[in-house]
Amino acid sequence: MIELRDVHKAFGSNRVLRGVNLRIESGTSMVIIGGSGTGKSVALKCILGLIQPDSGLITLDGQDVTTGDRDAFLARFGMLFQGGALFDSLPVWQNVAFRLLRGSLKRPRDEAREIAIEKLRRVGLKPEQADLFPAELSGGMQKRVGLARAIAAEPEIIFFDEPTTGLDPIMSGVINELIREIVVEMGATAMTITHDMTSVRAIADNVAMLHDGVIQWTGLVADMDQSGDPYLEQFVTGSAEGPIEAVR
Amino acid sequence: MSVVLSPLAALGRNTLAGLAVLGRICSFAVTAFSHILRPPYYPREVMHALLQIGWLSLPVVGLTAIFTGGALALQIYAGGARFNAEAVVPQIVAIGMVRELGPVLVGLMIAARVTSSIAAEIATMKVTEQIDALVTLSTHPMKYLVAPRVLSALLTVPLLVGVGDIIGILGGYTVAVQKLDFNAATYLQNTVDFLEMRDIASSLVKGAAFGVIAAVMGCYFGMHSGRGAMGVGRATKGSVQAAAILILAANFVLTGVFFSV
Repeated sequence: MIELRDVHKAFGSNRVLRGVNLRIESGTSMVIIGGSGTGKSVALKCILGLIQPDSGLITLDGQDVTTGDRDAFLARFGMLFQGGALFDSLPVWQNVAFRLLRGSLKRPRDEAREIAIEKLRRVGLKPEQADLFPAELSGGMQKRVGLARAIAAEPEIIFFDEPTTGLDPIMSGVINELIREIVVEMGATAMTITHDMTSVRAIADNVAMLHDGVIQWTGLVADMDQSGDPYLEQFVTGSAEGPIEAVR
Repeated sequence: MSVVLSPLAALGRNTLAGLAVLGRICSFAVTAFSHILRPPYYPREVMHALLQIGWLSLPVVGLTAIFTGGALALQIYAGGARFNAEAVVPQIVAIGMVRELGPVLVGLMIAARVTSSIAAEIATMKVTEQIDALVTLSTHPMKYLVAPRVLSALLTVPLLVGVGDIIGILGGYTVAVQKLDFNAATYLQNTVDFLEMRDIASSLVKGAAFGVIAAVMGCYFGMHSGRGAMGVGRATKGSVQAAAILILAANFVLTGVFFSV
């Protein structure tokens, strides 16, 4: 279980997180929604230790994430980045098998390649695409490679940062389905950040809305449409009218 | 009063800011060296960096050195002729190339070619979240990106300087023998006789120092780049400027260390 307790983070005078409290139960899929610049990615990066929160506590299975063996901690995570964040200088299969080629999870090169090709197949890519470089792939294919990399070491927890941004609706649907299937199949805990309400409905067990640096609403995805929360309602319906200021 | 104090205050602020940056760069360099010494090691990354920084810089270093050596021979011959000292061409070309022009020109060419490339590559990786991805894949960016580049520069730039010195001397030799009617054997003998071990040592030490400066600047500015294309551009420009200035400053210091009597 991942838990954030009263987490604060500011960049200069910009207080992005103002006391975030959130609990993600093991084996569930939590989707965090919220407008651009509300701190969703910051919250996610705070959990991974990519950004240090100013105050508050983040725990994984009851243990403070800032203590203990960092490599062992990170080995439990997989992450799909918004833009894929694939390493340009490495072919696709080495991107997928990155973790299996070095560090504590290192395997023989042939075995790592086999696993990479299997994971690529799992996300709908062909073995012959394993030797291409990321720049030779379309945006949708790059997302799939990113997804294959996120699951290559079979992590317990997977983070998805805007998994459908920049994709057409059909490819978005394919990625959403893949994420849902993989999370269920692996029994992993998932945390997804998105603006895309179609993704929310496809991926989420639970939803949390981040607004003004705090969790404005959290609950089951099934309860989202009857929440009675004006902020969530405005976000879900995409209305320009409501408590969330829309810049015209 | 404020008219007088404002520029002084601005000068003080800028000086303090400059010193703070210098301190951060020194701290960054120390951290980089600590990662070179501690496992895990990434031999593939080191091999790649050796190829990029060392082997692929050879053509530009060779061309720079040969033209500089040739021009130096012409200048010394023309200048020496004013007081009947044309015969010193081999000695002055040798000392000029080995002590100063070889290390400095190679250092500046490395700053132009390697520092810019490292800064742009790492800054782009930062902008596209590849650095964050490395961290999530349990790989320390200092160890994976910075340490191999700094180590490779430390190992290869002295060799490049050595090659540059030899090619520069050969450039001078070719001009002197082909155009200025020097005797080939005498020219080479004079060159060898005149150079001291201290000249060669200073050249190689300067090469190592300039290599480290070039790689550290590229990595530092890349890792601290701002967002977007503008951030990458600024990181690249800043890294080359800083590397060039620090190389020239380090050259002055090292020349003082080796040759002040």
